[in-house]
Amino acid sequence: MANTRGAAVKYDSVQKSYDGETLVVKNLNLDIPPGEFLTMLGPSGSGKTTCLMMLAGFEPATHGEIYLNDRPINNVPPHKRGIGMVFQNYALFPHMTVAENLAFPLQVRGVGKAEQQDKVKRALEMVELGAFGNRRPAQLSGGQQQRVAVARALVFDPELVLMDEPLGALDKQLREQMQYEIKHIHENLGVTVVYVTHDQTEALTMSDRVAVFNDGVIQQLSTPDDLYEDPQNSFVAQFIGENNKLNGKVVEINGSECLVEIDDGTKLKADKVNVAAVGDRTTLSLRPERVEFDTVDTMDNLVNGRIEELIYLGDHIRVRMNVGGNDEFIVKVRNRGEKRKLAVGETVRVGWALNDCKALDAVV
Amino acid sequence: MKLKTVILAGTALAFAGSTAMAKDMTIVSWGGAYQASQKAAYADPYVAENPDINVIWDESSNEAVAKLRAMNEAGNITWDLVDVVASDAIRLCDEGLALEIDPDTDLADAPDGTKASEDFGDLLVSECFIPQIVYSTTFGYRSDVAEWNGKEPDDICDVFDLETFPGKRSLEKRPINNMEWALLCDGVPKEEVYNVLETEEGQDRAFKKLDSIKDNVVWWSAGAETPQLLADKEVVIGSTYNGRLFSLIEEQDQPVKMLWDAQVFDLDGWIIPAGLPEDRLAMVKDFVKYATDTQRLADQAKYISYGPARKSSAPLVGKHADLGIEMAPHMPTDPNNAKNTFLYNYEWWADYRDDIDAKFQAWLAQ
Amino acid sequence: MSDTHAGEVLTTQDGKPLKVALAKALRREKLRALALIAPLLIFVLLTFVAPIVDMLFRSVENGIVEETLPKTVVALQEWDPTSGTVPDEAVFVALYDDMAVAVEEKTHTRLGSRLNYEASGISSLFRKTGRGIKRMDEAGPFKEQFIDLDKDWGTVETWQVLKRFSPRYTPGYFLNAFDAQQTANGIELKPEDERIYMYLFGRTLFLSVAITVSCLLLGYPIAYLLSALPLRSSNLLMILVLLPFWTSLLVRTSAWKVLLQQQGVINDFLVWTGIISDAGRLVMINNQTGTIIAMTHILLPFMILPLYSVMKTISPSYVRAAKSLGANDWTAFWRVYFPQTIPGIGAGAVLVFILSIGYYITPELVGGTSGIFISNRIAYHISSSLNWGLGAALGTLLLVAVLVLFVVYDKIVGIDNVKLG
Repeated sequence: MANTRGAAVKYDSVQKSYDGETLVVKNLNLDIPPGEFLTMLGPSGSGKTTCLMMLAGFEPATHGEIYLNDRPINNVPPHKRGIGMVFQNYALFPHMTVAENLAFPLQVRGVGKAEQQDKVKRALEMVELGAFGNRRPAQLSGGQQQRVAVARALVFDPELVLMDEPLGALDKQLREQMQYEIKHIHENLGVTVVYVTHDQTEALTMSDRVAVFNDGVIQQLSTPDDLYEDPQNSFVAQFIGENNKLNGKVVEINGSECLVEIDDGTKLKADKVNVAAVGDRTTLSLRPERVEFDTVDTMDNLVNGRIEELIYLGDHIRVRMNVGGNDEFIVKVRNRGEKRKLAVGETVRVGWALNDCKALDAVV
Repeated sequence: MKLKTVILAGTALAFAGSTAMAKDMTIVSWGGAYQASQKAAYADPYVAENPDINVIWDESSNEAVAKLRAMNEAGNITWDLVDVVASDAIRLCDEGLALEIDPDTDLADAPDGTKASEDFGDLLVSECFIPQIVYSTTFGYRSDVAEWNGKEPDDICDVFDLETFPGKRSLEKRPINNMEWALLCDGVPKEEVYNVLETEEGQDRAFKKLDSIKDNVVWWSAGAETPQLLADKEVVIGSTYNGRLFSLIEEQDQPVKMLWDAQVFDLDGWIIPAGLPEDRLAMVKDFVKYATDTQRLADQAKYISYGPARKSSAPLVGKHADLGIEMAPHMPTDPNNAKNTFLYNYEWWADYRDDIDAKFQAWLAQ
Repeated sequence: MSDTHAGEVLTTQDGKPLKVALAKALRREKLRALALIAPLLIFVLLTFVAPIVDMLFRSVENGIVEETLPKTVVALQEWDPTSGTVPDEAVFVALYDDMAVAVEEKTHTRLGSRLNYEASGISSLFRKTGRGIKRMDEAGPFKEQFIDLDKDWGTVETWQVLKRFSPRYTPGYFLNAFDAQQTANGIELKPEDERIYMYLFGRTLFLSVAITVSCLLLGYPIAYLLSALPLRSSNLLMILVLLPFWTSLLVRTSAWKVLLQQQGVINDFLVWTGIISDAGRLVMINNQTGTIIAMTHILLPFMILPLYSVMKTISPSYVRAAKSLGANDWTAFWRVYFPQTIPGIGAGAVLVFILSIGYYITPELVGGTSGIFISNRIAYHISSSLNWGLGAALGTLLLVAVLVLFVVYDKIVGIDNVKLG
């Protein structure tokens, strides 16, 4: 982030309740450094959008303070916060042309005519829509509208841009393309971006850091790879990427490792992440691509499993097995072109490393 | 199937019932107290004697002329007897929408044997018109106006005297009567009024006189408005039909008095629509003969203060049915009230109504 | 279809032109669709189109003269109305023949009241002549006998009117509606003290605009409130908005009288609070103010409902977006929210304007003399003076005025920019 011109955001003990009975945001403390691309990820109703709206100024915080560049902004009205925002359905003004939409934030700021035109032109070129200035939003495709919305949120050079599920209405291919475009714009401009989504792929692809929300609380705040490799609890493991669950009981703790006896009696070694003492119930979390068929006896964990189903997916083969009483145990086998035969009904030995198996809080 | 039979049988019965049991007779009148008096004095006793007649009342008299013309064009006359004012009767007769009658055969003689044509006399203003009542358009005034310093108007021209009798007046939103009163108070002799009004200068003269009070006039189009305006103290003097003022003074006990001076007599009565089928015509003629005999016309005056149209009915006028007061002194035709009356010239207005009405409306709009 | 090659007609397998085959295949569908809308079509034709056509026809139709006096009309063709002399005996002979038939059929008085719209006095002329015709000497000469019967037969003006209105169709009603008349010297405006209709048209338009504007000013915030409130409270408010619909028109109008008249509730209150003196009571009824207030009350729902239905569809994110882009409350409203409600304003304004331009009961009751509309005169001619031709001509003009305004509106706002929901 060499050319950072972004703003710093700080949530300090923020709480939010709509009805005075339940808290939608329980106790939010979050520091976002300048220039960061931070994603708030979570299922609907987890409080992520409310956090974004409080930052934008459309919802007042019930308790706590939000700071923008160390300035408390609770009493600053939305139009004076200088925050760019991209809305879920773009909220492009239907009665204005694309160029008028882009000029709007400049007009209300009293920017001169010539400068306005110049900035609008540059913003349109940035999103590769230079020729579309005179169209109405309704005459554009979904992807084009999306780009206009991004351009409009950036045209007045805000230090902070908020995006509220901006890609939700696009089809899969376009969504992926837009993810990269937004990512590149962020890298080029160096603004701080707070991005809200319920799509984990989006979050992993674009973000510097991801805050996983559930039930009004941040479950984990870390970089995308940490989130995937080192989930701190079952919710995160479950929510990010694919995950095999094995329920059991801690029988032995040995430093950062532990021994877990799963429900069919098999004992497995695991990385002790979120268990406290011997005798606790735990759920083991294991990524499907970390399970090996080509086992060697030195592997930390070795078990037998029965193949229930094979699904051919081109680049890999998806194998559903019954392991330790869990018949939803998924193994992803990379397609190396070998003629190794796997057959349904066959019982095979699979194995994995201790570090790939995380002992987390128990899921009922 | 059973249900269908029941429905069919029921429908058939209903039809049979309505045709065999009672003959419908649709009578059109003005509604309100006036229609009630007709029902009590004519229709109820008639139905008591002729139980097979079923009277249906329709309150459309104020638009009777237009509706009769529309029915005539459509070739479907649904009314059997219509109550209209004399000028409308003349128009309906002119248009061929009302049946011409022969008073001596179609109407009952007086008890002493006088022929109907003589008993009604001059009031038979059109070949189609069967007179019922004489009413008058006259003024009522509030008797408690402080600004008048104890004086009370007793002359028609006091209506135009804003200095002695300040306050708002209410007048009807049409030229008839207003133009005559204006000329009378501008010094035209009574018998010359229509001759003067026939000329442009005469009309201008009337408008000029009306101009002198125009800013203080509330214009009414329904007869109930003036009594209401008087009761609300919105106006201090107002013209309306004498029966309305009677009920305001006697029945509602308001501090209002009658100014009978230069009251304009008008007539109200029946017409039979032209083109009725034989059986309905016979039924209606029978009712009309009964309803306009000497006793029936006198009976109506028990309920409302309008004078019976037959000379022979006058001595029979009695007391008010509810209030128990003598009705004769409240009749517009009572000698005390009729010291100075004005005769409304139907024929003249039939000729000049369209022209003067256009001018009157233009004058109002200015 | 310019890109199909000439002479190359697509055909079906058995050689029929494809278009014919397609039309045949679709005919059944079309007939079925037509049968489905037939009841509505017939209903609209009978109750809407037919009366309008009838009205247009009545405004120029004038067959009565020719039907009642056929021979006289023919005989009059020879007569020069500018000659300054009464027609000769031949015309009077024809008149005698015609009148004898007319009196038999009792149609002469009807003609008299028709011609009386054009010249006062003709009504009684025909009535009198009808009574006297039986006593005339059948041998003639008739000219003297007619003039003896009524001296008006001896005046040129009577005959000029008869001749002018003898054609089957007449522009007379329309001229009248334009405050003009046909005279011996051609078409000219009526004397100033008889001109009223153009003035009333102007006032009708002015008052309708005033009513529309006041409906908009009052209705806009209410519609906004309705669309912004949660469903429970907005339903309650909606009932209040619709309440005028469920009250009898006469009751509502009478209520306004009680409130607005000089001894009424509002004036009493103002006097009591000392804002106005007892002598300075406001005149708020029986004038234009009364008409505007009462009509605004009656027509307000017609403004609120289309506005509400349009506002309901405007996502709150537009205003949020505007604010996030730096617009203050007013700019966000005026530049972003308001333009999106224009279709609703258009629909509401057109509805209210067209309804008010044709209203007559309320102006009649509370309008006094300065607050009445052209429709009041139309109603008068339909139900009271029976001059249906003039009423029809005025109605036609009103219809044309509305259509012209509609076209103008379409040019300015665009009719596709109107949304009822």
